[in-house]
Amino acid sequence: MPSNSIQLDDNGKLRHFLSIEGLNQTILNEILDTADSFTSVTDRTIKKVPILRGKTVANLFFEASTRTRSTFELAEQRLSADILSLNVSTSATVKGESLLDTLQNLEAMQIDMFVIRHQDSGSAHFFAQHVRPGVSVLNAGDGQHEHPTQAMLDMYTIRHHKQDFSSLRVAIVGDILHSRVARSQIHALNLLNTAEVRVIAPRTLLPMNTESLGVSVYEDLEQGLEGVDVIIMLRLQKERMRGALLPSEKEYFRKFGLSQERLQLAKPDAIVMHPGPANRGVEIESSVMDGDQSVILQQVSFGISVRMAVMSMIVGQSGLQSGSDA
Amino acid sequence: MSLQIKNGQVVNPLETTVVKTDLFLQDGKIAGLGSAPKSFKAEQTIDAAGHWILPGLIDCQARLRDPGEPEKANIESETKAAIENGITSLCIPPDTQPPIDNSATVELIHHRNEMFGHQAHVYPIGALTRGLGGEQLSNMASLRANGCIAFSNAKIPLANNLVQRRAMDYAGGQHSLVIIQPIDHDLLANGCAHEGAVATRLGLPAIPEAAETAALAKDIELVAQTGARTHFGQLSSARSVDMIRSAKAKGLPITADCAIHQLFLTDHDIGNFDSNMFTIPPLRSQYDRDALREGVADGTIDCLCSDHQPHEVDAKLKPFPSAEPGISGLDTLLLLALRLVEEGVLPLADLIAKLTLNPTAIMGLPGGRIGIDEVADLIIVDPDSHWICNASSFVSKGKNTPFEGWDFHGSVTHTLVAGNIVYKA
Repeated sequence: MPSNSIQLDDNGKLRHFLSIEGLNQTILNEILDTADSFTSVTDRTIKKVPILRGKTVANLFFEASTRTRSTFELAEQRLSADILSLNVSTSATVKGESLLDTLQNLEAMQIDMFVIRHQDSGSAHFFAQHVRPGVSVLNAGDGQHEHPTQAMLDMYTIRHHKQDFSSLRVAIVGDILHSRVARSQIHALNLLNTAEVRVIAPRTLLPMNTESLGVSVYEDLEQGLEGVDVIIMLRLQKERMRGALLPSEKEYFRKFGLSQERLQLAKPDAIVMHPGPANRGVEIESSVMDGDQSVILQQVSFGISVRMAVMSMIVGQSGLQSGSDA
Repeated sequence: MSLQIKNGQVVNPLETTVVKTDLFLQDGKIAGLGSAPKSFKAEQTIDAAGHWILPGLIDCQARLRDPGEPEKANIESETKAAIENGITSLCIPPDTQPPIDNSATVELIHHRNEMFGHQAHVYPIGALTRGLGGEQLSNMASLRANGCIAFSNAKIPLANNLVQRRAMDYAGGQHSLVIIQPIDHDLLANGCAHEGAVATRLGLPAIPEAAETAALAKDIELVAQTGARTHFGQLSSARSVDMIRSAKAKGLPITADCAIHQLFLTDHDIGNFDSNMFTIPPLRSQYDRDALREGVADGTIDCLCSDHQPHEVDAKLKPFPSAEPGISGLDTLLLLALRLVEEGVLPLADLIAKLTLNPTAIMGLPGGRIGIDEVADLIIVDPDSHWICNASSFVSKGKNTPFEGWDFHGSVTHTLVAGNIVYKA
């Protein structure tokens, strides 16, 4: 197991937030508990705390994003940070500037924290290895590797509804091969001692040795859903049809789409999650998405508190106790 | 010019012996072994007591980036690296810019080596097809007349099997060696790491074994069909070793090499996305590494090469999948080979044969032997010195090494080309 100590300082506190792999249960729980304290802020009329006052956060998105980027921005605003958001796919790198030059130019503007999404697996580690001491990197999705804040907001949602992970069966359904969300979720669920993590996908969308991630693998949706407490549906990217990974959306829905009928196979109180954006009628039926068991919109709002929690822990303040009320 | 090397342990790959013998060199050749030839008078003497004397190494796959990529390396810098690290001959694949598909480029390479080189022999491998485009055959006869030692399409597999068959027929018809690095372009896709648990965990686009073996199976069939003498380069997987072993058992005219780093590193060494571990073919599993070592030991793999690919710093200063693949290998080729001996993979003389005798026999080159009248391309090695690998002290212009911090034994004290001392530590 490679050391991920680049994420943690000598006292075991978060320095960067790059991947769930390499973290420990204590930190994961601290994130969830800290997020709890911020959920109350989100519900207040004045939604701001001064934890990041005087700090500058740059959001660097080399890939398009709506929800992750806007919830990061909201989280930063609520922590009173100064914010610089760059859509890098349309800026300097197109003009031939190297990644590192882009990063260093921004560093020269006294940025304290970078929130980065990039298409290359490992890019978050790369940036973390090259920023100045004292500057932090948050991974907002690196290639097919990890999307750790998404996984933490999913854990928060699960804990909100289910409390104890050690009695839970969780099924992750869909394109595991290309999913950074799935990788982060699997590590997080295992670190939190989830009873069983299942992945359900056609073989073409499963990476080699999937079991080595610490999951049981199902190639049949109905078998895989049997008795689960949590169902996480993944988005099916349209471009997967072109790579001959799947015949058609129709056939995918027939085999792996979550319908009301199939939902009955899970526990009666099972919750349905989706990191978004969902393709209605491809991986999930509209009635399930909008149904009583769906917590999909809650995931989005929890995303703000969880991202506030991670950022506040990185600047060395755990939750509200150390930041006086605004 | 005459030279006596006395008291050294002579490593003889032909007889697979290591014997304390004096060597007598005259007019660029080995004139005496053990006893001086008649009327020999040494103008110069080297005392090699406690040292090994080896034939100069032949690296059967090294990119010098010349012509075309001076930011990475050039003939001047890389022949210097070769000579200082005991390599007296370099076989260079045709994917220079422009590619080695015309006589002018061959002449340019020879000319630059004469003008700027450091006395290493540079042997161009000609392009199998024009522009490496995979459509038209290159002018193989002319290229050969100009000094191309074999023909290859380098890292660019031929998309059309009919063209490949005809290229092999044509090369075979003129008794030229064909060199193939087996790659299935479609299966390679945009992959950058061995398909296995590590790539799965890191979310790196994966390269299945079949990206090599599917191509190799087809290539072996075309050898059977055409009878063209074929050398397979840079093998990386256990199944490839098996396939070569059984093809050889059937008597097909096949030989093979692997890059020496494949005998030491596996996909686990990628660690946290270390771009110096990005190679094509990729570092594979422990199982593959062990099978390659077995193939080296039992003779299935005939040669070892550096697969030298020097890069400028920026080429590796990128997230793993966007970095350029390859390792700067000239500075570590001999040291890694000696380490294989230390680790008991093969006795010294047998191992050295894979870097001397075997490549010269396969490629039809002089050197690689220690015997009367053989060309005096020799190196003297101090086996006891040790060195902590440190890229900044590499002679090669490329500092991209995955072996930073490794503890190596052995160093080259002298390199001789045609009886002349071209390097002395």
